[in-house]
Amino acid sequence: MAISTVDLQAAAGAAAPTPKPARRQKFRFITNTKTLIGLIILGFYVLLAIFGPMIAPYDPDARGDVLQSPPTSAHWFGTTHLGQDIFSQVLAGARGVVYVGLLAGLVATALAVIIGVSSGYLANTGGEALSALSNVFLVIPALPLIIIVASILPTVSNTIIGLVIGLTSWAWGARVLRAQTLSLRGRDYVDAAKATGESTWRIIFFELLPNLTAVIASGFVGTVIFAVLSEITLAFIGVADPTVWNWGTILFWAQSQQALAQGAWWWFVPAGLAIAVLGTALSLINFGIDEIVNPRLRNAGRIKGKSVRMRIGFTPVLGKENR
Amino acid sequence: MSYLLRRIVFYVFTAWAAITINFFLPRLMPGDPVQALIAKEQGQLSTDAVHSLYVLFGLDKQQPLWQQYVDYWGQLLHGDLGLSFTFFPTPVSEVISSSLPWTLILVGVTTVCSFMLGTGLGVLAGWRRGSWVDLVLPVTTFISSVPYFWFGLIMIELLAGPNSFFPSSGGYDPGVVPGWDIDFIGSAVQHSLLPALTILISSMSGWILSMRNMMVTVSSEDYITVAHAKGLSDRRVMLSYAARNALLPNVSGFALSLGLIVGGTLLVEIVFSFPGVGFQLFQAVGAKDYPLMQGIFLIITLSVLAANFIADLAYLVLDPRTRKEG
Repeated sequence: MAISTVDLQAAAGAAAPTPKPARRQKFRFITNTKTLIGLIILGFYVLLAIFGPMIAPYDPDARGDVLQSPPTSAHWFGTTHLGQDIFSQVLAGARGVVYVGLLAGLVATALAVIIGVSSGYLANTGGEALSALSNVFLVIPALPLIIIVASILPTVSNTIIGLVIGLTSWAWGARVLRAQTLSLRGRDYVDAAKATGESTWRIIFFELLPNLTAVIASGFVGTVIFAVLSEITLAFIGVADPTVWNWGTILFWAQSQQALAQGAWWWFVPAGLAIAVLGTALSLINFGIDEIVNPRLRNAGRIKGKSVRMRIGFTPVLGKENR
Repeated sequence: MSYLLRRIVFYVFTAWAAITINFFLPRLMPGDPVQALIAKEQGQLSTDAVHSLYVLFGLDKQQPLWQQYVDYWGQLLHGDLGLSFTFFPTPVSEVISSSLPWTLILVGVTTVCSFMLGTGLGVLAGWRRGSWVDLVLPVTTFISSVPYFWFGLIMIELLAGPNSFFPSSGGYDPGVVPGWDIDFIGSAVQHSLLPALTILISSMSGWILSMRNMMVTVSSEDYITVAHAKGLSDRRVMLSYAARNALLPNVSGFALSLGLIVGGTLLVEIVFSFPGVGFQLFQAVGAKDYPLMQGIFLIITLSVLAANFIADLAYLVLDPRTRKEG
């Protein structure tokens, strides 16, 4: 950090105007519009996951008399070939989707932090081996691996699917964290901490991790997006238990009952839109985090200096705000 | 040269790891997985299928694990991936080799197209930021969050139909005999258009977003200002100064994206009943055809490794720093 002019003046004993005490901006990420919108939508989905199954107007499994009807006032999203209410199925499915997404995100992030930070901080063969391990997992295509593991397992509950996805998708986070740790390790403040005799664990937990928060958060959100899509996919191709409702299960039944050929668009459009909006919300949160980490992305508008047209005999002077 | 050598060692190691995972996965299952499967299928498995399951899980002979592992490698090097039991007694390698060309062409063409188009659009979106081009952002964000297969369903609903030019399923007209003639190739291309378009649109948005962000980051570097000050044309600064440097992370990000794109492609194939590896994997999952599933996983992984290696070669050409080291 450069020494500010205020410090210099103070050091010189000049009568500097007393600067306002710098206030640490807590929750700065909430002031970012993208993050805010994303968090609001995500909050709505979490509420759906908690209360959705309770407020569903019908039992999602119950067969009705109205077979495969388009949306009506009684059935907002229409019905299936058995007369099941699709609106209730979407509501009931939210819980599984959010649960698996969060579980896989937590497992993968924990692994990524352990493997990424230790491989970045420990500059020995152990660190290199961990880095090689994460590179291997990064290149092996995750989705086919998840499909194989999930279909070999004798029972597939939501928890098991979340664990399988989490255990196979930590590599990207680990790689990013390793790169960031490598760059932090050489900073002066870490050297200072070592010199004062802080233990390795204290340095990792109290000096490094707080500075990695943004990277960890963005890795977590990214993994949740991936986990939700993978879970939906598993359900869609019929690897997951088709009696447990999630949005992929709805699409599985729609596909296997030829909803498309019969023009039953209401059967697969709501579930897909629900996935897409959830994914968009998570991406928005990640863009917000990106902008906090990389200030150059923050300015949404056109930067003034960039649009300066160069002419002969005219020397543009770029203002400070362009730096 | 050392860069290239390191990469080759890495890919050989990864291929070994993938093959080893493939060997151990069925053997790590608790209990007697074959009995569990037979119970699960309630006697619907044929005796042939049961036998090929025992072979796969390594339960057919009382051998130590390392001996099985050596045998497995021996079989693999002869191209023997076991017997598929949906297509019993066809070997898995034969089943896969009939579907692999379909997938390779579909994924290859669409991935290259989407990388070029997406990167190009990303360059423009990053350079002209603050204008109407920023509208691209919310749209691409939304599209990149849509599952590939659902997008495929929507495409079928909107564009395919009884009287439409686009067929909704299959790889070629049922009336055409596969062969290298105009009729067959024309029909195959016609059937591939919609799946290809689906993958193209879905995968392109990721490239646009990452390239845009890199362009934005790069365009505030000092050397861009210097290039402007030298009086170079805007176009030249954009392409030769900003885009050239912004491209590098996009190429190295290829590794992660390729796995995702391949995963997405498998699903698009399922939706379109396209006769590729993905559709076969879907059938194998439905029929609990483990030998076929594992063979497909192995082939997909090896193909992805090969594609990554090509991306590394491209990186070698684009980034002079990698060549200097050795």
